[in-house]
Amino acid sequence: MSRQEEAVLTIFERSKPGRRAAVLPEAEVPEPPLEELIPANLLRGEPPRLPEVAEPEIVRHYNRLSRRNFDLDTGFYPLGSCTMKHNPRLNERVAALPGHARLHPAQEPKRAQGALEMMWLLQESLAEICGLPHVSLQPSAGSHGELAGLLLTRAFHADRGEERTKVLAPDTSHGTNPASVTMAGYEIVKVETDERGGVDMDDLRAKVDDEVACLMLTNPNTLGLFDENIAEIAALIHAAGGTLYYDGANLNAVMGHSRPGDMGFDIVHVNLHKSFSQPHGGGGPGAGPIAVSERIEPFLPRPHVVRGEGGNGSRAAYDLDFERPKSIGRLRGFQGNFGVFVRSYAYILSLGADGLAEASETAVLNANYLKARLAEGRAGRHLPVAFDRHCMHEFVLSGKPMKKELGVATLDLAKRLLDFGFHPPTVYFPLLVEEALMIEPTETETKESLDAFAAAIDQILAEAEEHPEKAKQAPYTTPVRRLDEVKATRRPVVRQPL
Amino acid sequence: MADASYPEQLLYHPDHDWAEIDGALATFGITWYAQDSLGEVVFYEPPELGTTVSKDSSYSEVESVKAVSDVIAPLSGEIVEVNEALADAPEKINEDPYGEGWLVKVRLSAPAEAEDLLSAADYVALLG
Amino acid sequence: MTRYTSATPEDRAEMLAAIGVESTAELFAQIPAPLRLEEPPALPGGMSEAGVYERLAELAARNVDCERQVCFLGAGMYDHYVPAIVDAITQRSEFLTPYTPYQPEISQGGLQAMFEFQTMMSELTGLPVSNAGLYEGPSSVASAAYLAIGATKGRRRFVVSRGLHPHSRETLATYCEGFDAAIEEVGLDDGATDPGALATAVDGETAAVFLQSPNFLGAIEDVEALGAAAREHGALLVVAVDPMTLGVLKPPGECGADIALGEGQPLGNRLDFGGPSFGFFCGSEALIRRMPGRIAGETDDVDGRRGFVLALQTREQHIRREKATHNICTAQALNALAATIHLAWLGREGFRELGELLVRRTAYARERLAAVEGVELLHGAPVARELALRLAAPVDRVLDRCAERGIAAGYPLGREYPEHEDGLLVAITERRTKAQIDALADALGAAVAAEAVTV
Repeated sequence: MSRQEEAVLTIFERSKPGRRAAVLPEAEVPEPPLEELIPANLLRGEPPRLPEVAEPEIVRHYNRLSRRNFDLDTGFYPLGSCTMKHNPRLNERVAALPGHARLHPAQEPKRAQGALEMMWLLQESLAEICGLPHVSLQPSAGSHGELAGLLLTRAFHADRGEERTKVLAPDTSHGTNPASVTMAGYEIVKVETDERGGVDMDDLRAKVDDEVACLMLTNPNTLGLFDENIAEIAALIHAAGGTLYYDGANLNAVMGHSRPGDMGFDIVHVNLHKSFSQPHGGGGPGAGPIAVSERIEPFLPRPHVVRGEGGNGSRAAYDLDFERPKSIGRLRGFQGNFGVFVRSYAYILSLGADGLAEASETAVLNANYLKARLAEGRAGRHLPVAFDRHCMHEFVLSGKPMKKELGVATLDLAKRLLDFGFHPPTVYFPLLVEEALMIEPTETETKESLDAFAAAIDQILAEAEEHPEKAKQAPYTTPVRRLDEVKATRRPVVRQPL
Repeated sequence: MADASYPEQLLYHPDHDWAEIDGALATFGITWYAQDSLGEVVFYEPPELGTTVSKDSSYSEVESVKAVSDVIAPLSGEIVEVNEALADAPEKINEDPYGEGWLVKVRLSAPAEAEDLLSAADYVALLG
Repeated sequence: MTRYTSATPEDRAEMLAAIGVESTAELFAQIPAPLRLEEPPALPGGMSEAGVYERLAELAARNVDCERQVCFLGAGMYDHYVPAIVDAITQRSEFLTPYTPYQPEISQGGLQAMFEFQTMMSELTGLPVSNAGLYEGPSSVASAAYLAIGATKGRRRFVVSRGLHPHSRETLATYCEGFDAAIEEVGLDDGATDPGALATAVDGETAAVFLQSPNFLGAIEDVEALGAAAREHGALLVVAVDPMTLGVLKPPGECGADIALGEGQPLGNRLDFGGPSFGFFCGSEALIRRMPGRIAGETDDVDGRRGFVLALQTREQHIRREKATHNICTAQALNALAATIHLAWLGREGFRELGELLVRRTAYARERLAAVEGVELLHGAPVARELALRLAAPVDRVLDRCAERGIAAGYPLGREYPEHEDGLLVAITERRTKAQIDALADALGAAVAAEAVTV
């Protein structure tokens, strides 16, 4: 078998009957046949066909697999709106402390005071950063936070005896926003973007009425632009009786400089796996805590972490409050992704207020610098910026001229970047911009890293001017080349036949 | 994939759908331009027989790997036949959009609506 | 500079010059002045790494974790032994730090791991299609409800067994406010779902029937028999299961379930005070296009090499938007990887043996504890790894006394099952030795004796 074929064997294909890794403890108790303990009709016949592999082979297999991944610790990862900033290893160390890692979620609050205090402190920190006083850490991801926010909105309106049916969101919104809207039982209505890249105020005014429950925004938006009309937008939606929701995906641009609560938002979700350094893990875990205004507070999920004063001048006591008569209820089991809270809290402690503000400032500086570099030369000609003004932490280029003049699409550019050792930016989003490239460098990149990226783009474009087919057939040096996604979707094979 | 073509005997809707009228019945499909924009079709689920379709409204969806497109009814009526073969071979929509890639057959409820549709020449002009 | 940024004064000067501004204040000028903070937020200042460590260690020290206390707490999350290789592999940069695999050519490690995970979960549950994971158990139940509405063309009634985890039932109720759906709960009879009541509750408007096995009280349900009511009325049968029991209990796929799901924590994941873990979600072939979440699929590249991609993406929010099968984006990929490694480590034989060990130790615990004065079994249904007791003394007082002996005796049932105010749920894992079970029996006996309400 070729080396390449060997590399892609699955763990099942490395299996051989009789091999095993686990040695289990002795029973120490009587071992009757299971049929004596459980009715035979409830018992399994054949065990699941898990692989049979010894430990060295398991380790080797997954190590080899890991090397078929590109990752943030290895290289630049400028995915727009994903905030791929460095994941500090200190956070892993503290998350692994047994007092955190081996704490059962049903442990009585009085025996989990460290955990509850930490959650409370994280809540307070996020409240301060967001400018909204009440925080629930329960949602497990941004989307989960969005759903929570919409259900809070629903409860808020119901409490006032109103039934509203629509939610507004800009055409630049992340796909999770409309998906969450439908799950919350609302109808999505798109709001247009104006030529400055902000919400089209005329279109907004035309669409805001008393059927509108909520407006979902992110600010800066997915074009990386701060909407200077935000105060007016907030006034408009509030006057119509709706709530204003902040998708926190772009919080990295404004931490310590501006607060969504001050902008007029009622509900904010924060992506701890974006601005607060939780590692992405190849697709999670993350967390999406929500911060809300006073008028939304009664509806927050249950349970809520609260602090009470200890008796007789003793230390404060922390508890889980289940008595929340207007609460929307639970969004999930137990208290949320606590391990993520530990890491995020460690990050906040590490940076402090000044550090967080400096992180945002550097993120904005890095983005504008890279934008300036890509406005020069070939990139400036073939990949013009979609909105010609200072961006915040990210910016969007359009590959439309490149496609027209060189016959190379944004997709091809992205694939060729893989050969240069970079993760491509987000492509084909936001939908508003044709052949979009959404670039977010984050604050943890050096200037050299940004220069190297700009140089690679220039080199790829120079190559495309002479030999466009090179990009169209890229990548060449990655573990696999372009994959047949049509085949994967027409005849899905989603498990190994055994 | 075949070159762009827009058969003259068909009528066209601006949202890139065609209709072939045969007395009280009509066959619908999507145009060459539509299938080219979509890319390779990976999935098509036909609507149920008896479903009412309305001119200018969506009556089903065509899926490629990275996109989903509404299919717009050029005329109104009731679905009397669907192209079952597309369940196993959705690629026919790309390969033969006017022939084996047909989507549904409809009993027309308002045949006069055909006057609003475009000729092949006018549709091609629209594409620019 | 913070510890993680690198912009020196020289860098800044060069960058600002390239941008064509004097200072970053000009870049922030797009934020209207009234919204710009004058001072940074009121947060504690940045600390050294050692300082942060000390602070987090101090907080950790005030938690009574499973190293300080013998833990018989369960209720969906269990103190299993997670082998060291799980940490070693999941802490690798290449698995820890990448994003969702949108560029498959450089994500083959993650995608193949998902494919292997999907295969394993499909094997465990007996259903052909698995996704790459959801957040955790209870919200996965709500996700199944959302699927069922679409799959039954708009039915909006759910019939739910009271044996379903209270967190699952509560979460489902929360989501149903958005779904505009109604829930009817069916009670238990001697620990298991009342079959007559279930059959009565299901009708032609029911989108799905929800069962859990073993259920929250530890009872193994006869899913196949109970499921008949769902099949009869064209409702989906959704079964929540404890993955660690699937080596010995008949899997939902062999009992007529359309969807099998549950809390994945027992596989490879720490307790972490409740998260992060993952939810697994498996379904029949017919439901593949309605599945929520990421799904990895096998294919070839242009040169014929075997590879993996995210398949059926048109289900997902980034393409389908408001018509997506779910709003999920970031899930729990690293936790699913942990499960995959743990299952590989257990292997075919080990997984089954572990299940047998759990059943036998639980049987032993059941016998020992039922024999304790003032302790009774709450029900007579067969159990696998968790059992429900009835105590002749206030449960919270008993728990305190056991805690003094270094034992977390179990989960008090009273708050979520008021009809079992005197109830205690005791969970067994392979880490709960015979000696520890004996100690629990002694502790319970002593505690009940000390706290028994005198008549």
